[in-house]
Amino acid sequence: MRSRLIFIIPLALFLVLAVYFAVGLTLDLKKLPSMLEGQPVPAFDLKPIQGRDDKGFASTDLKGQVSLVNVFGSWCVACRVEHPFLMQLKKTSDVPIHAIDWREEDPAAGPAWLKRHGDPYALVGDDPRSKAAIAFGVTGAPETFLVDQQGVIRYKHVGPLNPQIWKDVLWPLIAELRKAGGG
Amino acid sequence: MTRLLLALALAVCVLSPAPGHAVDPREMLEDPALEARARDLSKGLRCVVCQNQSIDDSDATLARDLRVLVRERLKAGDSDKQVIDYVVSRYGDFVLLKPPFKVSTLVLWLGPLLIVMLAIGGAFFYFRRHRAAPETPAAQPAQALSDAERARLAKLLEDDAP
Repeated sequence: MRSRLIFIIPLALFLVLAVYFAVGLTLDLKKLPSMLEGQPVPAFDLKPIQGRDDKGFASTDLKGQVSLVNVFGSWCVACRVEHPFLMQLKKTSDVPIHAIDWREEDPAAGPAWLKRHGDPYALVGDDPRSKAAIAFGVTGAPETFLVDQQGVIRYKHVGPLNPQIWKDVLWPLIAELRKAGGG
Repeated sequence: MTRLLLALALAVCVLSPAPGHAVDPREMLEDPALEARARDLSKGLRCVVCQNQSIDDSDATLARDLRVLVRERLKAGDSDKQVIDYVVSRYGDFVLLKPPFKVSTLVLWLGPLLIVMLAIGGAFFYFRRHRAAPETPAAQPAQALSDAERARLAKLLEDDAP
């Protein structure tokens, strides 16, 4: 019996490791855990971008209603892919979309991009040195945060938003938050 | 001899890792002690865009902005730990190139040690058992052939010859 056990142990070890690595292979290494879900939005106060008559975008603007914060840049190809859906959201939903215009080398590039492709945003802040982006733990654009009425981050989406994610994740969450907290 | 020395010098030049050029002199702090601390911290922080480089090595713009942030916080009087804690609070433990020792990383830190101990333990028991029981037939010295066996062997070999 003991001698048979000796042959079973390596096999069992192998199977445990095989399952462990098999699961590891299915994980997306680019997707990092979000540290900020469930946390209040970090404090930030960004200046407006050129050509908009708002006063910029600050963390204090996020209290009072459920909103989205979208991180984009005119240099970002995936943002271009995402953009038509944001334009559509602006028309079809009443959730304000704010934006952090991230890392524009040229301060005129972001405004020009919005002029060309349309401007779906309520408030836009200029973040040329990644101050707010780092505070939000952004690793690449586009990223979108769902913020509740108390200014707490409820969800972080990495990559372009699309109708599927809106329907399956964001909208149900928004409906739930609104029912719980008004606004 | 001179040739050999030249060849060695060349080998050292070619094979030694190139110094990091990512840090822009304009980013550097004037206080050399603070700058040294900033360099040290930057070497332990992962560039979240390129993932297998530290922000000290990376040319990515986000890495640059993180380097500047580390320096600004040091200049504002943060301790090394405060700077690291801030970055970890934004990006998680993943941003540390050397993972911290805690419950979720126990397997990572202690796994190799455990496997070595298992191997040593296994080897110990294996050899102890084999030394304790040497009187197996295979372990006995071979006996000389008897006359009858010798004759048979000679006949077999003869038959086999072409």
